[in-house]
Amino acid sequence: MKADPRGVLTGTHFIDGDHACCEGALAAGARFAAGYPITPSTEIVERFASRVPTVGGTFIQMEDELAASITLQGAVWGGAKAFTVTSGPGFSLMMEHIGYAAMTETPCVFVDVQRGGPSTGLPTLPAQADMMQARWGSHGDYEIIALCPNSPQECFDLTIKAFNFAEEFRVPVMFMMDEVVGHMTEKVVIPPADQIEVFPRKHTHKSVEDYLPYGTNGDQVPEMAHAGEGYNFHVTGLTHDERGYPNMTPPVQDKLVRRLQNKIRDAADRISLFEEDQLEGADVVVVSYGITSRVAQRAIEAARESGLHVGKLRLITAWPFPEKKIRELAAKVKSFVVPELNLGQMVREVERAAAGKARTFAVSHAGGGVHRPEDILKVIVEASRCQTA
Amino acid sequence: MSDRLITDIVNAGVNPVDHILRTDRMPHIWCPGCGIGTTVNSFARALIDSKIDLGSLALVSGIGCTGRVAGYVKLDSFHTTHGRAIPFATGLKLANPKLNVVVYSGDGDLSAIGGNHLIHAARRNIDLKVICVNNLIYAMTGGQTAPTTPGHSTTSTNPYGTFEPSFNLPHLVEAAGAVYVARWTTFHVRQLARSIGEAFQKKGFSFIEVISPCPTLYQRRNKLGDGLDTMKYYKEKSKVRHGAPTGEVGLTMTGEIIVGKFVDRDRPDYQTMMRTQYCESLGERFVEQEEMVCS
Amino acid sequence: MAKGRVSIVVEHCKSCGFCVEFCPSHVLALSSAFNSKGYHPPHAVHPEKCSGCDLCGMYCPDFAIFATKTPGAKEGDK
Repeated sequence: MKADPRGVLTGTHFIDGDHACCEGALAAGARFAAGYPITPSTEIVERFASRVPTVGGTFIQMEDELAASITLQGAVWGGAKAFTVTSGPGFSLMMEHIGYAAMTETPCVFVDVQRGGPSTGLPTLPAQADMMQARWGSHGDYEIIALCPNSPQECFDLTIKAFNFAEEFRVPVMFMMDEVVGHMTEKVVIPPADQIEVFPRKHTHKSVEDYLPYGTNGDQVPEMAHAGEGYNFHVTGLTHDERGYPNMTPPVQDKLVRRLQNKIRDAADRISLFEEDQLEGADVVVVSYGITSRVAQRAIEAARESGLHVGKLRLITAWPFPEKKIRELAAKVKSFVVPELNLGQMVREVERAAAGKARTFAVSHAGGGVHRPEDILKVIVEASRCQTA
Repeated sequence: MSDRLITDIVNAGVNPVDHILRTDRMPHIWCPGCGIGTTVNSFARALIDSKIDLGSLALVSGIGCTGRVAGYVKLDSFHTTHGRAIPFATGLKLANPKLNVVVYSGDGDLSAIGGNHLIHAARRNIDLKVICVNNLIYAMTGGQTAPTTPGHSTTSTNPYGTFEPSFNLPHLVEAAGAVYVARWTTFHVRQLARSIGEAFQKKGFSFIEVISPCPTLYQRRNKLGDGLDTMKYYKEKSKVRHGAPTGEVGLTMTGEIIVGKFVDRDRPDYQTMMRTQYCESLGERFVEQEEMVCS
Repeated sequence: MAKGRVSIVVEHCKSCGFCVEFCPSHVLALSSAFNSKGYHPPHAVHPEKCSGCDLCGMYCPDFAIFATKTPGAKEGDK
């Protein structure tokens, strides 16, 4: 289905990543946001608050992130496409409701404009240290999708993708920006609405009698109904059966939790988006994402100029992790170099997927700025000299 | 009568509230003598008497014994996370203003972990009907002190008696801005049903507190008898005082319980204020929110 | 002819005694018999006094009892 033109600000704009993310949400059909102010994400909802009454929708500033992260889910069950926006400390508060969204299969988007942590950390400075929290932050076993834009243009494009994945898989999608991408101003081209593909809600067409709120139909993603349509359905965060009724027995738990995982894992190849360059014949592959991928680009080019065979793999989807791709590459290359604005998060995933077939080098950074390209270059040089694992 | 086992339904017929219940989930998990089921009975009868379209009614609960109400009513019903029934209900109502949204939860859920949401929803005057079953304790988790536990009660976490002051919920929500505030006990089944019906006539944040026995944890530990003894206490010690100043209706362990309709006032609800503001500021640029049901 | 008739879903009863205590016509008493969970459900000891007011139904926390007006019986005062 094509985007509703009322939400699409077609044209060429010079805006920052936060604003572009807001326009992406509007283009994707989001008409509801609940938020709580936190640097460096607030501009997204500030723009939404200004734009949405002229498009037909609601923004509400809640009393805290706990409220924001569940209010948006109420709106989803009321029929809206909805999202919230935060940064590290608020993201921590939202964890319980990421679990609730995963358990109740509520399609929604959580935007995290990452800043330095832990705790209050570096409110105005970048980091990429919430990557594992995005994957594992709520308790229990579940699977989410996380996307990482590296430019304002991608903040627009991938926000639409985030909503589309959320609707297709009925899963909370984490939109993992960082302070630099959020506050970086660049050209953003917003296409006409009829060129924007929007995934419609998986709304049931079944009769009230035939509808099973958590019944599946082969593709593992149940059909949804909204409150007020006469289905009289029940939604609970307790382990539930296909009727949505609580059933706290090991077999029901096993069936439900495995389905919540498998609906994402089985589609991982389709969800795992990445950008690759000169992987063929590479000795070293630099794996990066978000703002770091742009710093790494400079290091990669410098390394190539000095004669090294360096490939680039930029993660657009962080979760589910593209482990198949890494596994394939590990059989061919000497080593991976993983720069990121944390002390080692996604690098461990690369190491796990490489399974000892290629060596893995971290280029860590505690956050507050970006890497110096020469620091990445130094590790690329070291990695190219290493013995094959 | 002999000690024989009887299993049949004595006299056939259909319970008038059956169509509002998920009868396939009965019997429910609540203890013998617990009052939550009685409040649901009054709620169901209020729905029947006020002829509310059940299809447009959504019920949201948090966590705890009363949180299980959502699972037993045949309505669009949401059993959310601990303390967050009100913000979830806020999203539901704002996305689909045609819905009648009821929040049905316990005292611990609404006034402790969810206390911030309670006061802010009242301040904003979100059009929600909040039914707060107050059993004076955290029951589901085994009888710990709640913000509503009266002084000197014994609880599992205050084994030598509670000493922190408790919340007077009608006073709290009135101060925060609720347009309708009432309190009843589970003894006052008809009055409670009438109050719930009245709340449905109000536009804005309505709060009905229902004092309810928890024989398993509160009454037993405090040697206050069983559910029936508590009901008799409610009958004996309740005093109806409509319009009583809410500052004077605080609860004690064995004292008088002031019940009645305390607050009934009008002020514009959140969505009305929002619309008015946008119309004033944006004029023709304001676009009315359509039904948000995305196809 | 009684004005009302009380119905009891004995399997849902948890013998709290609310209906017995608050029936204005004193129709009910707890039975000495058990249901399968071991509770003593109520039974009508004075069915002829039932007014069908359904106060028992309103008090019952277990949706295990309700009263209906007998069709054709004259409405009397409660």
